Formats: sequence, structure tokens, C-alpha cells
Amino acid sequence: MTYTAEKPDPAESSEQLRARIPGWGVDLDPKDRPSFPREQLIEDRTGAHWDFPERQAGGERRERSIEHGMLPPVFGTVAPLHGVSGVLRRLAYRKYSEAHTLHWLLLVAGDRVDSLGSSVTSVLRGKPDNPLTETGILIEPRAHGLSSRLGRNRVDVKHQWMDPLIVGTPWVLRAGVVYLAVRGLRRGR
Amino acid sequence: MQAMVYRGPYRIRVEEKDIPRIEHPNDAIIRVTLAAICGSDLHLYHGMLPDTRVGTTFGHEFIGVVHEVGSSVQNLKVGDRVMVPFNIFCGTCFYCARGLYSNCHNVNPNATAVGAIYGYSHTAGGYDGGQAEYVRVPFADVGPALIPDWMADEDAVLLTDATATGYFGAQLGDIAEGDTVVVFGAGPVGLSAALSSWLMGAGRVIVIDHLDYRLEKARTMAHAETCNFGEYDDIVVHLKRLTDHLGADVAIDAAGAEADGGFLQHISSSKLKLQGGSPVAVNWAIDSVRKGGTVSIMGAYGPLFSQVKLGDAVNKGLTLRMNQCPVKRQWPRLFEHVKNGYIRPSDMVTHRIPLEHIAEGYHMFSAKLDGCIKPLIVPSAS
Repeated sequence: MTYTAEKPDPAESSEQLRARIPGWGVDLDPKDRPSFPREQLIEDRTGAHWDFPERQAGGERRERSIEHGMLPPVFGTVAPLHGVSGVLRRLAYRKYSEAHTLHWLLLVAGDRVDSLGSSVTSVLRGKPDNPLTETGILIEPRAHGLSSRLGRNRVDVKHQWMDPLIVGTPWVLRAGVVYLAVRGLRRGR
Repeated sequence: MQAMVYRGPYRIRVEEKDIPRIEHPNDAIIRVTLAAICGSDLHLYHGMLPDTRVGTTFGHEFIGVVHEVGSSVQNLKVGDRVMVPFNIFCGTCFYCARGLYSNCHNVNPNATAVGAIYGYSHTAGGYDGGQAEYVRVPFADVGPALIPDWMADEDAVLLTDATATGYFGAQLGDIAEGDTVVVFGAGPVGLSAALSSWLMGAGRVIVIDHLDYRLEKARTMAHAETCNFGEYDDIVVHLKRLTDHLGADVAIDAAGAEADGGFLQHISSSKLKLQGGSPVAVNWAIDSVRKGGTVSIMGAYGPLFSQVKLGDAVNKGLTLRMNQCPVKRQWPRLFEHVKNGYIRPSDMVTHRIPLEHIAEGYHMFSAKLDGCIKPLIVPSAS
């Protein structure tokens, strides 16, 4: 009872739970839990045979958080900085720490510029984006899109209608830009 | 090789990419035989994590066969069948030396606040992930482990994140015998956390979600009581009633950045990206746990701020515990639990999708269609 000292009795005793649920209580002792204790120097280096790892080559222009004292010895090399999005991202890394909101907002802006720019370059490279296949919506009839959503008291159905707007708005904007550019060229003639 | 490639929010496609090459003497190249889409991949897919670059391949849950090893690799050889934890870690930095592999300081130039994760944006280090035919695995002597002969591939791939994370989340709850545990979210992490809570001696486990098919799985697989929060005006009040108005001893957030249940919170985070994540599940956890209780946060969140109710947490004297799971630290004990049949990760698998149809898999998982709980990705080369 909450308003007195005793903790409410559980509906089932430990013996009943042990009989009903396979493995109940096998990790009851914290010492059997692999994350206990939280921080303690451990002997097992899980296979490492170095004190400090050898440095990966090619990090001269690799962007890094200014909260790091140096470039860590190993890093990812996917999608290096390029173009306008690269300028925004490099500014975020060079000028603002992770503690600064502007750091993250610049990175988000870089993401949006990257996405828009890559759609344009994909057309120029002959591999244009296809919103129908890339969004995966063609699976809707096979995955029972309507019956999965309707009459099931799902909370997310209240906002799923926004998703096509999020995906579609940049395409509408792109179409508008192309239209204005073509119209401008025609008038120029 | 074929690889999933990010094109922008809600858009991915399969492209031909070069097979990754050895970039460091302790790298290995793994031929992926099975991968999975994680619920946290959806945050990337929806464009929620800053510095998610076009051209990146997602996927931090994968297993495979060693295809090539760097000159300093001693513990793996070509042809080994391996499972790879989602954390990339060096094994010897300040954090790794203390078992905090998910906080490794030697692998992520882009941020100090997070370690490195395969295929999880440049904020997590800028590495490609395993939703591809091949993947580069740094520190091959440290992270990967041989898959035991008795272990099925579908169990192994889920042990690389979802099951280990749920098990870790229950541990951070500091569960004592007879405790009442509430788990928010009945996805793979929540199901694993609920099941793990019993192993640690919980007296009662209650799982909260709004998807009935997932709650059904929580009842059958994780032996839990369930509540569909969509059926209650106020799920916190309902949980107080269920717990004699005391509150749960432990609450586990297994929902993360796109938690539903608060329309404006969801919109401002998932759609408008104005928060690092929807704090609905965390706030429900804070409010529904008893004073002096523990909240374990396993859901993934972005680096921007979220509107978390710290005042309630302070005034209730709560312990808040959280981290990305240091996966390999969990494995020896988890392997025992899987071998003994206490945990069967593959019970959560609902779909197996060829890599070339991965865009449809993402949409199905994101929109929660066809009873989807855990989709696996099968590369054509496998």
C-alpha cells in the first residue's frame, strides 16, 4: 500500500515465476550481469595487441570535432566533404563544438543541400531519382497497407499523412525551379 | 557490389559500389550473409540525425564471412563465419579499457559524444554499414567474434544489437527480486528488455505500445502484461493504478527518438527535426516510475536537445541510466542464455527481404505494415 510502509506484494511469488518463465532469476545476482560493475579496468582487451592503434593513412583533410585533441587513429572514409554541403559541414566542424546548437543546425542544413544537390547531379549522370521506387511505397498493396492501418487504434496513423508531403515538397520545389528556369530562358530569346 | 544507398529523407536505393578495401592494417572486409534493419535506422531514414550524407550505406546489424584481412590481423582468417557488434572500438582507449566499448575515443573524429557505429551517419564516424554485399570492419581483432557452430544465423544477427541492447537496458535498471518493470516500446529492443527483466528477477513486467500485434508478441514471447496506450486517456495514471499508486520500480525506454503518444512532440521531432527526439517515452518513464526508482534509456536519440522533464526526475530522486550498448561485453553471458533457450532472438523476425528490395523493406518497417517487427536483409551474393 503506497501510503503505508510496506511494498505491495507481487501477484506471483518467485517460486511461481521460476516455474512459469524459463530462466527466471538466473541473473538475479548482479555479479552475473556482464555490465556490473559499471567502470572498472579490465584485463581482457578483447583481442587488441597494441597500447595505441596504428594510424590510418589519409587523414590530412578529414574533418573532426574541435572537442577532439587530435584526429583519432581510425575513421570512416565514406562520402567525403564536397560542394556547397561540404562548405556548410566544414564550417560546422571548424567553428562550433558539439555543445553549440549551431554546429548541429549547420550539419542539418548541409544534409538538405546534399540531398537536393545529389538529385540534380543524378539526372546529369543519367541515374535520376525515382521517388516511387526509392520510397518503397509500391509495397503498400502487398503489405496490406490499408488493413494494417485502419481500425487498429494506431496512434501513428494521425501523422503518417504528412510523410508524402515531406518527401514530395522538395520535388515540387525542384519542378518549380526548372519551370522558372525554362520560362526565363524562353523569354530571354 | 550491390549496396543500399541513402538519397535523402524517406528515399533509399540499391546502387553498384566498389567493394571496400583495407584502409588500416587491422581492417577486415566481410562478405555479408545476413543483415537487419534496426528501429534506429529509421531515424536516419527519416533524416533525423545530423550529417547523414547522401551515398552512405546504412546497417549496423550484420553477420558474414571474412573475405580479406589486413596485415596486422591475428585473430581472424579468410573464411571465418563472424558476427560483428554494432560498435566500432579499439579495445585499448580509456573507455574500452573499462568495458565501455560503445564510447570508444579512437574511432570517431566527428563527435566526442558518441562512439562509432557502422552505417550510422558521420556523426557516428562516417563508416559504411552492412546493408550491402561487403563491408569494411575496422579493428577486426577486437570487435567481431566467431559464430558458435550451434548458433543459428538469425539469432546471431540479432545479437549484434537488438537483443544485446535490450539485455543491457534491463541491467541498467538495476532490477532487484520482485521489482515491477515497465517497458515502453514493444519493438525488438523492448521485447528483449522485457524478457531479460525476468532473468534478473523481476516480479512483474508490463510492456506499453500502441501496436496490438507487437503487444501480442510481448505477451507470447516475453511473458509480459501489456497495455495499449492508445486505449487510455492517460497511460501514466493507468500505470499508477496498476501499481497500487506507487509506480514501477524500474522503467525502460525502448522507444527512442520517434516515440508516439504526444502529437506535437512527435511532429516537432520526427517531422520538423526541431528536437533530438520525441521525449514522450522518456517522460512517461519518469512520471510512471516510483520515487527513488530507476529509468533506463535504451532508445536512440539525436544530438539536439529534447524536452525532457528533468524537474520531475529531480524531485522524485530518480536514477537515470543510459548508454549505447557495449555489445561484446554482453556476449559471453548472452550466448549462455541463448544456448539454454532462455532467450530466442529469432522469434522476433517477421520478414526476410532481398537486398535489391530494401527500399520496400524500409517503408514497410517505417509504416508498421504487415505485422512487421524485425525485417532481415539478405544480400544476393549470400
